[in-house]
Amino acid sequence: MLDARDRQLLELVQMGLPVCSKPYAEIGNTLAMPEFEVIERLTRLKQKGLIKRMGVIVKHHQLGYRANAMIVWSVPDNLVKQLGGHISQFAFVTLCYQRPRQTGWPYNLYCMIHGKDRATVLTQLDQLNAECGLAGFDREILFSLRCFKQRGAIYQRGSGFSREERG
Amino acid sequence: MDEIDRRIINTLQEGFPICDAPYQQVATQLGLTEQAFIDRLQTLLDNGILTRFGPLYHAELMGGALTLAAVKAPSERFAEITAIINAFPEVAHNYARNHALNMWFVIATETPEQIQQTITAIEQQTGLTVYNMPKINEYFVGLKLEA
Repeated sequence: MLDARDRQLLELVQMGLPVCSKPYAEIGNTLAMPEFEVIERLTRLKQKGLIKRMGVIVKHHQLGYRANAMIVWSVPDNLVKQLGGHISQFAFVTLCYQRPRQTGWPYNLYCMIHGKDRATVLTQLDQLNAECGLAGFDREILFSLRCFKQRGAIYQRGSGFSREERG
Repeated sequence: MDEIDRRIINTLQEGFPICDAPYQQVATQLGLTEQAFIDRLQTLLDNGILTRFGPLYHAELMGGALTLAAVKAPSERFAEITAIINAFPEVAHNYARNHALNMWFVIATETPEQIQQTITAIEQQTGLTVYNMPKINEYFVGLKLEA
């Protein structure tokens, strides 16, 4: 699926796009690859879904998002897909997953809400419960207290993801 | 950070074009000159409001593996457990949360097999049970924070 040139490109571009007029040409200069080929390969990698999107990663705290809640529900397995699909439509939901239940942990539907404060998050959660019909299911709200560590996964050519520390 | 910066951040969270003059294209959309847009973006990166500008990869499609895991760290051992878990290079994020399962972390490895190896090692070093909650399904969200 990926050839050697794709891997070189992915490894280089993850460091960040050059902030200059012709960023893809600059990447091409480093790799001795014509600009059109950089554009063609990145477009293909995005179409295939290996690149989820191009864009920015923001610091939640810097934008004033101080409350980070993980909400978990235990819902019937045959409703997970429908409820997950509904929850993910709300703009304030930043992540939504089905995960396996565990012994002593019956929850199978997870979502994250990043809000400016806890009161806002709780109001948004009320809205979710009402509009998605979630009020009758067992759930827990886990607010983050401290972030000990945050880094992105790093792609390294030939070896999938490495675990290089970043900041 | 002013109103223009907020619009830049909000727009770039929607994506960035892959074409020969992408900054010009976005600048036009924002009503800025290309140079003004580039200067402001560079400033937002320099002062740490934006941590990264580039691609977001799909870890599993790249051959890597991810999971969400949690432990119940006894309060008297909390600092020790934090240090042990954070020392693993495979641990990407680690958050304290207000629950009996009070430490939640993401494990990212090069291969799926290494997820279980990492969990086993964390259990051995901490003496705690690691709850492993890999995703079964992901429901698409825009992943956008209004600036």
